[in-house]
Amino acid sequence: MDLMWKHTFGWLSLWLVSVALTGCDGSSQRGEGGVKKVQLLNVSYDPTREFYQEFNESFAAHWKATKNEEVYVEQSHGGAGKQARAVMDGLEADVITLALGYDIDVIAERTKLLPLDWQSKFPKNSAPYSSTIVFLVRKGNPKGIKDWADLEKEGIEIITPNPKTSGGARWNYLAAWGAALAKELGGMEGIRKATPEQRAAADKKARAFIESIFRKVPVLDSGARGATNSFVQRQLGDVLLTWENEAFLALKESGGDQVEVVVPKLSILAEPPVAVVDEYAKKHGTQEIAKAYLEHLYSPQGQQLAAKHFFRPNSAELISTEQMAKFAEVELFQLKDIWGSWAEAQKVHFDDGGIFDQIYQPK
Amino acid sequence: MELTLHVSLGEGSCAKQPMSRKRSYSVLPGFGLTMGYTLTYLSLIVLIPLAALIVRAASMSLEQFWAAAFNPRVMASYRITFGTSLVAALVNSVFGFIVAWSLVRYRFVGRKLLDALIDLPFAIPTAVSGIALTAIYDRNGILGHTLFQWGIKSALSPLGICIALTFISLPFVVRTLQPALEEMDGESEEAAMCLGASRWETFRRVIFPALFPSLLTGFALAFARSLGEYGSVVFISGNLPMKTEITSLLIITKFEQHDHLGATAIAIVMLVASFAILMSINGLQWYLAKKFRG
Amino acid sequence: MSVENKHGIQDPLWVQWTLITITIGFVAIFLALPVAIIFAEALKDGLKTYAIALKDPAAWSAIHLTLLVTAISVPVNTVFGLAASWAIAKFEFKGKSLLLTLIDIPFAVSPVISGFIYVLLFGLQGWFGQTLSDWGFKVIFAVPGIVLVTIFVTFPFVARELIPLMQEQGNDEEQAAISLGAKGWQTFFYVTLPNIRWGLLYGVILCNARAMGEFGAVSVVSGSIRGKTATLPLHVEVLYNGFNVPAAFAMASLLALVGLLTLALKTYLEWKVKQQRRELALVNE
Repeated sequence: MDLMWKHTFGWLSLWLVSVALTGCDGSSQRGEGGVKKVQLLNVSYDPTREFYQEFNESFAAHWKATKNEEVYVEQSHGGAGKQARAVMDGLEADVITLALGYDIDVIAERTKLLPLDWQSKFPKNSAPYSSTIVFLVRKGNPKGIKDWADLEKEGIEIITPNPKTSGGARWNYLAAWGAALAKELGGMEGIRKATPEQRAAADKKARAFIESIFRKVPVLDSGARGATNSFVQRQLGDVLLTWENEAFLALKESGGDQVEVVVPKLSILAEPPVAVVDEYAKKHGTQEIAKAYLEHLYSPQGQQLAAKHFFRPNSAELISTEQMAKFAEVELFQLKDIWGSWAEAQKVHFDDGGIFDQIYQPK
Repeated sequence: MELTLHVSLGEGSCAKQPMSRKRSYSVLPGFGLTMGYTLTYLSLIVLIPLAALIVRAASMSLEQFWAAAFNPRVMASYRITFGTSLVAALVNSVFGFIVAWSLVRYRFVGRKLLDALIDLPFAIPTAVSGIALTAIYDRNGILGHTLFQWGIKSALSPLGICIALTFISLPFVVRTLQPALEEMDGESEEAAMCLGASRWETFRRVIFPALFPSLLTGFALAFARSLGEYGSVVFISGNLPMKTEITSLLIITKFEQHDHLGATAIAIVMLVASFAILMSINGLQWYLAKKFRG
Repeated sequence: MSVENKHGIQDPLWVQWTLITITIGFVAIFLALPVAIIFAEALKDGLKTYAIALKDPAAWSAIHLTLLVTAISVPVNTVFGLAASWAIAKFEFKGKSLLLTLIDIPFAVSPVISGFIYVLLFGLQGWFGQTLSDWGFKVIFAVPGIVLVTIFVTFPFVARELIPLMQEQGNDEEQAAISLGAKGWQTFFYVTLPNIRWGLLYGVILCNARAMGEFGAVSVVSGSIRGKTATLPLHVEVLYNGFNVPAAFAMASLLALVGLLTLALKTYLEWKVKQQRRELALVNE
């Protein structure tokens, strides 16, 4: 009997010791020795993980060369809403690089972690790179999806994430809406010239278009990457609406023989902005390096890396023409041309009780 | 000195029923210490955090709360969550009964292995189960491929949610029934048979009534566990509002939309529901214990 | 003596076989197949996948973190389980049913809610968040927060295993020890603990498995900083979302392996107990 008890005790202590041993050295990555070590945390949205992984190395080399300091950039990725929520609740990001300006606006308004005019702190509205919304279809495009209007065809399935939680999904939605308006009113010029009545009639058509799209959506993932997985890994749906950069990445990762990218004639200019979270950076004493980190995005290296990862660089002159050739010609409209501001678009379409919610209400 | 006289192991899961006898309670020391510790720890870890939820909800007016917790989309999620949990718990009651019955009453090759496998859903992380179930029941999954051809949507549908919930809650029914089945003595059923009752009648009138309380407890535990499940469901469900969106997902969606109040209101409703179910399980056990004591 | 006799009349063979077939079929399809899938996917390209997956420092950091979180939360809940079961099983008092229900709550509450309530408490917009942040102490999106929610979700496991067991065993032995002059602690260590040790170990094992595998609650409070606040289940998600499905399955299979070991250990324990009982029976004769 005693033996049994010792046996038990032995098991327990063995387990405790082994766990304690492995648990102890978890946090020993901080610097000792001559070179100063700095850590930065970049909280970003879903499809940027591969880009920032490479960019962080580039920045670390750059910083080592100029300041002789070791910098290690930590990454966190997820649906844009989740990431903004985490920063507001205390995820101490030195910089945020989110899918759309509205989520950063919300942080600024509700928490004062960064100034309301954050968007004016870096060139080009704090958007070092841009992207647009394209289609990813199965190899050979069996359903013949060429442009937005083809999404209305019966018998196809569309994959797009949940606009409530995903930034990319909101761009998808707005791109589709804008395309429908342009079709009704005769291009962007027509939208600008339309009378309020004409616009209202066209909005109605656009809404019907959006409804027909979401009727064909079998699964709403919470982030853009989840949707890509549904389409590529799980083989769901006939067409994926997604970021241009994500579509090219999925094409590359799947070996190029499963899917292909289709670029519509007209799409939205999607500008994922970046910002230093001043309060957190101040707390960590990383204001200078956080600013340098984001400025590095605008440097030739940063722009080239962005282009390499299929983001459209903001300074195309820094990129070779071969590199630029992969970005198809597409007419891009801006969000403000149609909705004025992100806040307005958010309120009408995505807030509770907005048009997106109404789509799913039983009639 | 060898003080140990007998050893026994709680073979069931956390849901085993107390089989207490009447006894005096005054002699033993340590009530103040252990009770004090229990209450302090309970308060710190469970009660204060839950109080935060309730205080947060108290900042809402009744209308606000009502609108947030019972609007059509949320109601649909309750229907889906409660409906699929109910189906899963019922399926598990039927199959769990058969499984427990076979494991206790019959002897066959592989019985021990099967018995050990029952606890798998306890031991495997829910997210991992979710990915694995999706690989099986998805439209292009191993079984899903065929099921979809037969017109059975085993993923991206309420049925898919039921499958995930059945998986995670199976052990509860089996593990509550097993000890009860083992403790049953054969005398009453033999007596019934001797008195001329048919096999089926014996089962219906003697065996089943004796097992029913355990079955009910197992059912309720499985149901309660299913209500809160998140990790394994989000992969296999389509997550469409009004159709396949479970309440846990809706809470986190609200939360990520910066709508803390909306999330709080729904969380409170779910909390009350779980509390009520647990309370009735404990009440049921208390009642049965009293009944058996005479 | 065969076991069957105890259980009344034997069912006809056809009933036995039907039910056994249903049992095997159900367990095979619903329980065994998912686990088989995980290993099949992980081993698709052989052990190479594991080598690659384990080369990633983030994987090791996730393993470290998972073990650390488990190493804290399991002992803490074990001590609680012992105290709670002593108070509840050995004494009679009003409100016992309510107390039991409160202890059970974390088990029925959605993990999402568990994470959420801790954010409400310790998040920057929560009750204590600002104060803690001013003191430079991080709870949410750091290890303490992950530990806290893990303690929360595994809270009832040990207690719920021990309470019925201790109730069943009654107080006679402890009372005998006390009346023979043993101190309270002595009684606990030499009488109670040996009596409940297998149940205790079983509770600890279940608690351990759940602590390692928790996903929903941890995902809410972790912030998923790669290589820092990602536990193993979150790391699986990161890999799954990083176009790295084979590695995701490899890491998932590690977790499943822990689960299987848990089951093996549990089965072994049960067998030990039965053996012990048999020995006891012999001694008594």
